[in-house]
Amino acid sequence: MAKLPTPQMLVASRPAFPDKDWFDTKPDFIPGSYCYPAKMETMEMLHMPHPHEWDPTAENWNLPEDWEKILCDAFADRLEKHRSLKLFMDICVRCGACADKCHFFLGTNDPKNMPVLRAELLRSLYRRDHTMLGKLLGKRVGARGWDMHVVKELFYYAYQCTECRRCSLFCPYGIDTAEITMIVRELLHEVGLGLHWIMDPVKNCSFTGNHLGIQPHSYVEIVEMLADDCETVTGIRPKTPFNKKNAEILFITPSGDVFAEPGIYTFMGYLLLFHELDLDYTFSTYASEGGNFGSFVSFNMAKKLNAKMYAEAERLNVKWLLGGECGHMWRVINQYMDTYNGPAPANMEVPVSPITGTVFDVAKSTKMIHIAEFTADLIRHNKLKLDPRRNANLVTTWHDSCNPARGMGLLDEPRYVLKHVCDNFVEMPENTIREQTFCCGAGSGLNTEEIMELRMRSGMPRGNALRYVQQKYGVNHMACVCAIDRATLPPLADYWAPGCTISGLHELVGNALVMKGEAKRTMNLRQEDLPEEALDEEAPADGNAESQGEGR
Amino acid sequence: MFASLVLVLLIAAIAWIGASVGLAPLFGVVLPYAAVLVFIGGMIWRMTYWAKSPVPFCIPTTGGQEQSLDFIKQAKIDCPSTTWGVVKRMFTEVFLFRSLFRNTSAEIVENDPVNKGPRLIYYSSLWLWAFALIFHYSVLVIFIRHFRFFMEPVPAPITWVETIDGIMQVGSPRFYWTGGLALVALLFLLARRVWNYRLRYISLANDYFPLWLLLGIVCSGLCLRYFDKTEISQVKIYLMGLTHFAPVSAAGINGLFFIHLTLVCVLLMYFPFSKLAHMPGVFFSPTRNMANNSRRIRHINPWNPPKQYFTYPEYEDAYRDAMAEAGLPLEKQPEKAAE
Repeated sequence: MAKLPTPQMLVASRPAFPDKDWFDTKPDFIPGSYCYPAKMETMEMLHMPHPHEWDPTAENWNLPEDWEKILCDAFADRLEKHRSLKLFMDICVRCGACADKCHFFLGTNDPKNMPVLRAELLRSLYRRDHTMLGKLLGKRVGARGWDMHVVKELFYYAYQCTECRRCSLFCPYGIDTAEITMIVRELLHEVGLGLHWIMDPVKNCSFTGNHLGIQPHSYVEIVEMLADDCETVTGIRPKTPFNKKNAEILFITPSGDVFAEPGIYTFMGYLLLFHELDLDYTFSTYASEGGNFGSFVSFNMAKKLNAKMYAEAERLNVKWLLGGECGHMWRVINQYMDTYNGPAPANMEVPVSPITGTVFDVAKSTKMIHIAEFTADLIRHNKLKLDPRRNANLVTTWHDSCNPARGMGLLDEPRYVLKHVCDNFVEMPENTIREQTFCCGAGSGLNTEEIMELRMRSGMPRGNALRYVQQKYGVNHMACVCAIDRATLPPLADYWAPGCTISGLHELVGNALVMKGEAKRTMNLRQEDLPEEALDEEAPADGNAESQGEGR
Repeated sequence: MFASLVLVLLIAAIAWIGASVGLAPLFGVVLPYAAVLVFIGGMIWRMTYWAKSPVPFCIPTTGGQEQSLDFIKQAKIDCPSTTWGVVKRMFTEVFLFRSLFRNTSAEIVENDPVNKGPRLIYYSSLWLWAFALIFHYSVLVIFIRHFRFFMEPVPAPITWVETIDGIMQVGSPRFYWTGGLALVALLFLLARRVWNYRLRYISLANDYFPLWLLLGIVCSGLCLRYFDKTEISQVKIYLMGLTHFAPVSAAGINGLFFIHLTLVCVLLMYFPFSKLAHMPGVFFSPTRNMANNSRRIRHINPWNPPKQYFTYPEYEDAYRDAMAEAGLPLEKQPEKAAE
């Protein structure tokens, strides 16, 4: 990894707008500004169109001979398929309200990272082929034709957008750049252009069940190891049910959580919680991925990867699905899953919490609920004994992940849980949380090392807000419900707010959970010493401080 | 920017000259009929064009807390889960420009004392919201007021609107606030485009042209009322003729009137084929007009492709031995599968 500039240098080095009109500027493919291309063999395995070797810095990208026709036809096809696309091509008035809402624009000051201009890259092509004025007047009304530079430009900027939808919240017509970026990425795939960091996980997920390509026996091994760690901390070895037929619940979480720190601690939190509840559940090694990198490729690839969830729910004959902490996974589950692969198999039922009896009518059709909803409901019904003093070393804040925030509206459920497991909670500034939350800067498959400086730039608004509460209120921790966040926020925090740690929500739940028959805890799930106040013999007052947890 | 201005001036000049060399029937009769036809036809065509493409997925942008557990308060307007909620959301969007009301402007302070380094600060920025709202409402009122020229007797609601609009009772003829406000708002929107470097960078002729056109219409209208006063009763007779498909002679009507009329006609014809189509468009926007209920009610995609995926039997075939060794339950034991 190249050496990063200091935050001051990074901010000061954002260039001014170019003098030239945006029609005449071209992106500069220098190392660090683009992600590595997908391997030909990966693309072949996945039967993607026109797999080929290519290099983003090369003049020639080795596109198929009739690439222009392929792209024009694909664009016309997408217009027929998506009303959103037609509409978003037609109705933008270029009012500029979206401009400084984008974290990529704030961090780079590249005008083509303003959502409006990112969309104009495609809109200009639309005008030439699909509007009368564009056909007649061409460049004078902002129309242009396809050429290789346009393709390169689309590639460059479609992968400097994390599909976070923040712009769409502020747009007076709800124009959603995520929708445009998703479709541009689809178009580029028609001529064989894709990213290694996205396509490799897609391949793995297709053939082994999860992004990391963990094979069934290794998956079991890793989870067993995490259960051993749970035993080290609590004296209780949680159950680890796999591929168990007729379980009540199939639990699916991103595979990042069984693999990488700090996600593994969140996973340990799940194990402990389910064990304590004596939940009749199972993991699946086949559907061992909650995340969906297919959604960063095309609608169809997202559908393909997602199909395993219902297929496995049917095979294992479970009643409902419980989903772990993940961001884009929940965009897919909330807004796409039922449409892609529904209706849910006949053996499934409307989710009912076996502990509290709460019927989750909101998920009547998908039959899948979020673990934050599940746990919040448990806490509300006083079903968990929690000792927040075990997290007393933390002054935590909450990062709303873009997809659950703007593609679902999951805001207060995790806060409710967090406030019951951690006494010291501070919100970041209001323009950086809840529906206005800022992306970690590396969502939608951009969490790769080769663009680390770019990630620090695009993550500036988030990192900066964290720094603010760190400096002002002594915040030293940020919790979130997203596996990509758990991978991307630690380097971001190290850069913008050194000293702040990152965790998932259920790591903190696992810490605070007082289990039946547990050994006296001296360590948290990371096997660090518990804070002094938690070692106090006095048990915490029973019940929960209702006054804290009422949300906003 | 200047090209668009020149174009609008050119249109005005043609109308002026045309009317004065006896082509008044062309500019005063043929053009208005054509413009109205193009406008209506164009709008229908545009909306049909949108409607022909399906909405394959339920993709509302959720702007607040979803419907959830009973102790968690839902943001019923910003994150609606019912049709009624969507109606409320759309109402605030269309009538109050709610999304634009959220607007902030982000500023970077390079050496902030709190952050001990760079800090991003967000300020509420309501100028655009305010002037956009003023402009749209003024134009709406002006539009309604103009019906006095097409209707006899003048319906009472129009008279009320006029009374309210002229409530300050200044000037003769009485000054209508909306005329002035529309002008000010248009000038603001234009100035913003010119002086804000970001906006200047993204602006196209397609953005300047409608602004100049509307400025032309508002200015010529104001002139007709307050300065180069036209003979109102004559104009009314003339317009009533048009609306009753019995055009009368336009002789004696001020040339400026034809400029005004022609610019309006150009606006009508331009409307459906330009960004001005955002007016009907906002109602079609799937990120705003859908309820966030996709876990409760299945949304159907008419072109949903068939399911193709790596199935469990294929998976078990690929990993059977390893799975058996790891003690995972299997559909087919290795020895059986080998047969």
